Order: sequence, then structure tokens, then C-alpha cells
Amino acid sequence: MSILEKDLVVKKATREAFGDEIVKLGKENKNIYVIDVDIAKSCKTTKFIKELPNQHINVGIAEQNAAGLAAGLATTGKIPFVSTYAVFGSLRMAEQIRQEICYPNLNVKIACSHGGLTPANDGGSHQAIEDMGVLRTFPNMTVVMGADYYSTRKLVEQAANMYGPVYLRFTRDAVPIIYDEHEEFIIGKAKKINDGEDIAIIANGDTVCLAIEATKQLEAKGVSVKLFDMHTIKPLDREAVMECIKIGKIITVEDHNILNGLGSAVCEVVAEEGKGIVRRIGVQDQFGQSAPYQKLLALNGITVENIVQTAFGLLQK
Amino acid sequence: MRKTSVEELKQLAIQMRQTALTMIYKAQSGHPGGSLSAADLMTALYFRELNVDPNNPTWEDRDRFVLSKGHACPIQYAALALRGFVPYETIYTLREYGSPFQGHPDMKKCPGIDISTGSLGQGLSCAVGMAIAGKRDQKDYRVFCLLGDGECQEGQIWEAVQTAVKYQLDNLFIFVDYNNLQIDGFCDEVMPLLDLEKKFEAFGCETRYINGHSMEEIVETLDEITVNKNGKPKCVILETVKGKGVSYMENVAEWHGIAPNDEEYERAMEEIARGLQ
Repeated sequence: MSILEKDLVVKKATREAFGDEIVKLGKENKNIYVIDVDIAKSCKTTKFIKELPNQHINVGIAEQNAAGLAAGLATTGKIPFVSTYAVFGSLRMAEQIRQEICYPNLNVKIACSHGGLTPANDGGSHQAIEDMGVLRTFPNMTVVMGADYYSTRKLVEQAANMYGPVYLRFTRDAVPIIYDEHEEFIIGKAKKINDGEDIAIIANGDTVCLAIEATKQLEAKGVSVKLFDMHTIKPLDREAVMECIKIGKIITVEDHNILNGLGSAVCEVVAEEGKGIVRRIGVQDQFGQSAPYQKLLALNGITVENIVQTAFGLLQK
Repeated sequence: MRKTSVEELKQLAIQMRQTALTMIYKAQSGHPGGSLSAADLMTALYFRELNVDPNNPTWEDRDRFVLSKGHACPIQYAALALRGFVPYETIYTLREYGSPFQGHPDMKKCPGIDISTGSLGQGLSCAVGMAIAGKRDQKDYRVFCLLGDGECQEGQIWEAVQTAVKYQLDNLFIFVDYNNLQIDGFCDEVMPLLDLEKKFEAFGCETRYINGHSMEEIVETLDEITVNKNGKPKCVILETVKGKGVSYMENVAEWHGIAPNDEEYERAMEEIARGLQ
């Protein structure tokens, strides 16, 4: 059954996917470590702590130390996952990630819950809208956000099995399950959800489900849509973007500032190719506030309606 | 294995200082002040204490050394060159394109560097990670970490100490090169460090305060602290003089990060050699 035919009703937060997958990985490989910073419950690592205490470290509220400690562990062959919130995992420890993890290219994973606007009622201080953009500019870093529970599990597994620093971003809130449990995902290779020829949509993370709904509506109105889940924004799947450039009309959708995230990454390729128009849907370079998640998305135009409307606007071009 | 004697170490410390200064002079760039203040400890570590193998620098059971005050790398490079981790001639390539001797230590380019450093305040966290791994893997290796005094103004140092105490890392040995100078002047003026020994002690370390230029005291201290498996990380504050061994560099903040000219270099080499008597 095509994803477009599915009713996306069952929901699960992707931070749960990390919590479940990391236990499985830790049991298989004793070198997998989790480093917590006092938010284990919220980051879903409590099961790991219970079952694999010898592979767990909690440094308390000290993110910078967590990143450096992870680097030290990695020099001895461990595969540490530093588990925190996206605002802290990208910004509080940005310099430690740069100096001690990316510069020496150590095998450390930064696993972050509360990506984008998903920590909605916590307010603007806790909503990570610039994290993927910041991490994308560090050499050696891979930047990934799965769209749902199952894809996130596969991507966490891939991250553990590849060498080098990876930034993984999860949702705080439940998002619809899109994929089948056995669907395979490869870091750096976009997942084509629908093929079409009138317009291309490239989405990632918690906005993929919105892009799917928009695609359904557009297809119902006779618009043929090519839809990609670009779970890895670095390295970007250039081939997938090239496919979209052939159509020439591209919409990017992300729960991230429109600056320096997925939209920017796609624009870089489009500009280099000198062909195609891009419309970026995402956080409008503004901080959030406490509000329901859907409300925050709507305040930034990250909605099914806006995707559909933007598509029709582009089709007029 | 016979341990290098204090007298031999004193001789080696001269070579260490001369080698470090020669590389800075040749490069006309680098940090002499903090290299010279750490020279005696570094000599004792590299020629007596550290269980490392120049022919197998990534040997998994080796002792680790983390130079958290990464700008003092000329003195570590001197040790690596004199111990044969790299050909001695490497000292003439400091800070040059393609050199293993980068401006700050780079583990990817230089054998014998256990972690890249250079941004202050971060090395101790890495050392803590290495020491935890050693404990968990039931390995006997030890982790030695040298901090600058000014660097202890960074909050991350104290985050790392907390963790070392929590995880009872008695395989971790922290040294503070307390020369009381940083780039903008005396630490007491820039940001007073107060009683560093008491601070580390209050955090839960077993501490010592010694003369960082007395090879006798350094050796005696190393011999004591390395046998004491009491569940506590050890911290040694070394009272030192920035630029030690070169009269015109001693206690002068400006010599933190500049290279000597021809005349200054000659005088420095002579003074260092004479310092022995």
C-alpha cells in the first residue's frame, strides 16, 4: 500500500524511537555508551540505564563536559551517544562538538530530543530552531532527523554503525507513524514517498506528515507531486535534489528556521545548477513562545494549507 | 624497569627547554612562556612516569596524556621528538603546512597526541572520558592531564572535576601549571584564582601543592600519588614561573605567545644550559 493511501492515525514521538533503539544497540554492542545530562527520563534513556548501567554515565547539568567526556570515551573505541535537548545539544555544547568531536573526527553521536517547535509549551527558550543549521557547518558532521518512529529507529541504528560524528534530532511530541516497521533507511539517501512531475516537495522530520497530506490534496486536484523525505540534511542527497530540479518547482518544508536548514541546503544545489525555483516553508526567522504545537506551526505557515497554496502559486510561475 | 633518576631528569629538562625554544625560534611563532613553566613536570612525565611506546603510539594499554593547555604544545612536541615518537628534525617544522606539529595539538596529525586540544577548558573532560573507559574496561592505564592556571577560570574544568570525583577516578592525575600569568597579565588581576589547592580539594580531589621547578619534589610527588588507589582523583598544583629558565622571559606576560629573535634566542639557549649549575 502506498503511504498516500494510509491513514496516518497512530502516533508516537521519535524520542521514543531513540529510547527503544539504543537499548537494542547497547545490548548488541558493549561499546555503545549513553551520556545523560539529568534529563534521562525526558530523553527516554531510563530503560538503557536500567538494563545497561555499565554503559551509562550521567554528568548532571553539564552539557559541555558531556561532549568532551564523550570525545575522551571515543578515543578508546567507545561509541558514545550524548543525550539531551536539541537547544543544548547544538548550542550549549557547540564549541566542544567542534573542537573535540568534529575537528579530530571522533565517533560521537549527539542524540537530541525536543527538536524544532515540538517542545511547544516550554516556550521559545526550549524550541530548537537553528540547531541543524549550526551543526551542518561543522566539517565531518552528519545531520539527521527522521520523520517518524520507525524511520528514526533505523536512522539511529545507521548512525551507530557508521564511523564519525552524527547529530540526530527527535520530536518531543508524538508524530504520525508513516512507514512500515521493515522499511529500510540509509543516512544520506532521501526516501521517495511519491513520484510526480508537476511539482516537487522536499520535507523532513515532523513536517513530512504535513507534506504527505498536502500531496494527497494536490494529487486529488490533479497535481502530480514528487515528494521526498530528506531525513539527512548533511550530506544532502544531491541526486534527489537533481530529480526535483528537473521539475524546476520545489517546495521545502521543515520545522527549523528557513535560514541554514533543509531549505537553504536545497537552495544551494538549485543555485549551483542555475535552474529551478524554491519556496521555503519553515520557521520564519523568529523565536517561538508557549503555545500548542499546531498553533506554533501555523504562526510560521508550516501547514498543509500553506503547502498546497504555495504549490498552486508556484504552478502559476 | 629502571626509573630515570632525578639528576638525569634535570639534564633532560635542559634539552626539553632548548628543544621547545628552538622550535619556536625556527617557526618565529608559538608560546614559550607556558612551555617553559611546564618543562620540568613534562620531563618527569615523559622520561620517568608515562607508560608509553614511541613505536606503538596508539597501544591500547598505554597511559594517556592530555595537554589541556594546548598552546604549551612545544614542550610536549619536544618530549615526543626526544622520545622518538617523531624524527627529531620534526622540531624544525612547527606550525608549517603539513607538519605533525600544528599550532595546537592535533591527534590526527601527530603520533603520541591522545586528543586534540587548543580551546581552553576542554581537555579535562576528555581525560575524564578516557579514565572512565579505563575503569569500565578494567584496564590498568592511567590518564594524566595538564591544565593551565588561567584555564581554571573556565567553568567546564569544574564540571569535569565533579565527574572525576563522582566516578572515583583514581586513575586520573590532574596537574595545574600555576605560573600566575595569563595573556592580559597576572591571574590575580585578570581573574583571581584564589586557593586552587583548596578548590580542588573541596571538589573532592586528593591534592598537593609543590614547587613545580624542583625535580626532587615532582618525582617524590609522582611516586606518592600514583600508588594511592583510594578512589579519589589526584590533583597537583605546581607553583611555577612563566618563562622559567630564560631570565628576560621569566614572569613577563608578553612572552606568552611571541618568538625570540636571533640575539634573544642565543642568550636563551645559553641561559638554559647554564641553569643546571
